[in-house]
Amino acid sequence: MNMVKMQLLSFRYGKKDVLNDISMRLEPGKIYGLLGENGVGKTTLLKVIAGLQKPWNGSCSVFGENPFNRTPSFLSRIYYLPEELEYIQNDYSIRFFAKINGPFYPNFDNEKFEAILKEFAVEGDKKLNSLSHGQTKKGAIAFALATNVDLLLMDEPSNGLDIPSKTLFRRIIVEYVSDNTCTLISTHQVRDLENLIDPIIILDNKAVLMNASLEEISEKLYFGLHSTIPTQALYSEPVPGGYLCVMENDDLGESKVNLEALFNATMQHKKRMQELFVANAAETSAPSLRPE
Amino acid sequence: MMMNFDEHKPIYLQISDSICEKILNDEYAEDERIPSIREMGAQLGVNPNTVMRSYDYLKSLDIIYDKRGVGFFASPDAKKRVKSMYKKEFMETELPVIVKKINMLEIDVDELMAKISKELDINN
Repeated sequence: MNMVKMQLLSFRYGKKDVLNDISMRLEPGKIYGLLGENGVGKTTLLKVIAGLQKPWNGSCSVFGENPFNRTPSFLSRIYYLPEELEYIQNDYSIRFFAKINGPFYPNFDNEKFEAILKEFAVEGDKKLNSLSHGQTKKGAIAFALATNVDLLLMDEPSNGLDIPSKTLFRRIIVEYVSDNTCTLISTHQVRDLENLIDPIIILDNKAVLMNASLEEISEKLYFGLHSTIPTQALYSEPVPGGYLCVMENDDLGESKVNLEALFNATMQHKKRMQELFVANAAETSAPSLRPE
Repeated sequence: MMMNFDEHKPIYLQISDSICEKILNDEYAEDERIPSIREMGAQLGVNPNTVMRSYDYLKSLDIIYDKRGVGFFASPDAKKRVKSMYKKEFMETELPVIVKKINMLEIDVDELMAKISKELDINN
């Protein structure tokens, strides 16, 4: 079952191409990490899914609907947490914000909202325009999780959080995201979300270079520490103790996927990575490329 | 004592190892419930799918079992199974590496054996 199905989607701001022929599918119950260099269109992609931007070409279907129609039933099943929170930094508290916005979400859970505020130590009654950026963000994350929507989109949610709050953020996501929710988190700070996000989507202006689970990635790629760089290494970087190398996994066994090295290796070998990871996906999804 | 920590191991195996350690040091007693997948994931800040892989792996080794609707439990003979798994891993993976090193460093076998029996005496 797919929650989001995108086919050959393109988007332009004026004459500037942002997304080109993007195809991907998202399933319920997963916490996707959306990675990409600055400016490849991560935010635009989230906005298209949320119905805030209209694709220039191609299609995007969410719960079987066109998000841009923004039907009330569609909007009650989706929550988009933008990176910039000026819209929320107003002359009222996060509790008041929840009181007026919660009713739009039929599964809104006030107990969950209060529990997360408590864990994040957010002052629920203080006016948002008097809270720090980090505290506002935590309040907004609490609200987003408490909506219990089917599709939760978060743009750079760890931005502006201090180090203890980043750790807490990972724990809170795992604890409070509902079982069947599809969560899509965009980030360019992969270390903040290491071990949390799986599958990993790597986006480029022209394509989805990868949409794969960590299990699949560790089957196809090997990440290891070597004293010298093996000739077959796709990517290597000096680290204390030698070189962290990424290689195609021909019987090298299982290793821990290092997201930064994965991302850098993918940026250097876009074509090969697409062959490794998207070729299969294209086969299995081939029938859907026909008009429906 | 962390018997099996390797930061380059996949996370699901690192989690399995830490569960095995807790079984060996009685933090998780045999036939008692261990944290649920979500509890464990939330404790560690790790994706529940990763924790599920750890639990599936330990289930396949009969180190833990799952009572439907109740949760996951350490097996009645979990400790014995963990030890035999670690022993196998030591013999098949770790020892050959040590032997390679002994050869490379040209360590005298008599000297080595004397050292090993001395260490064994101290530890017992």
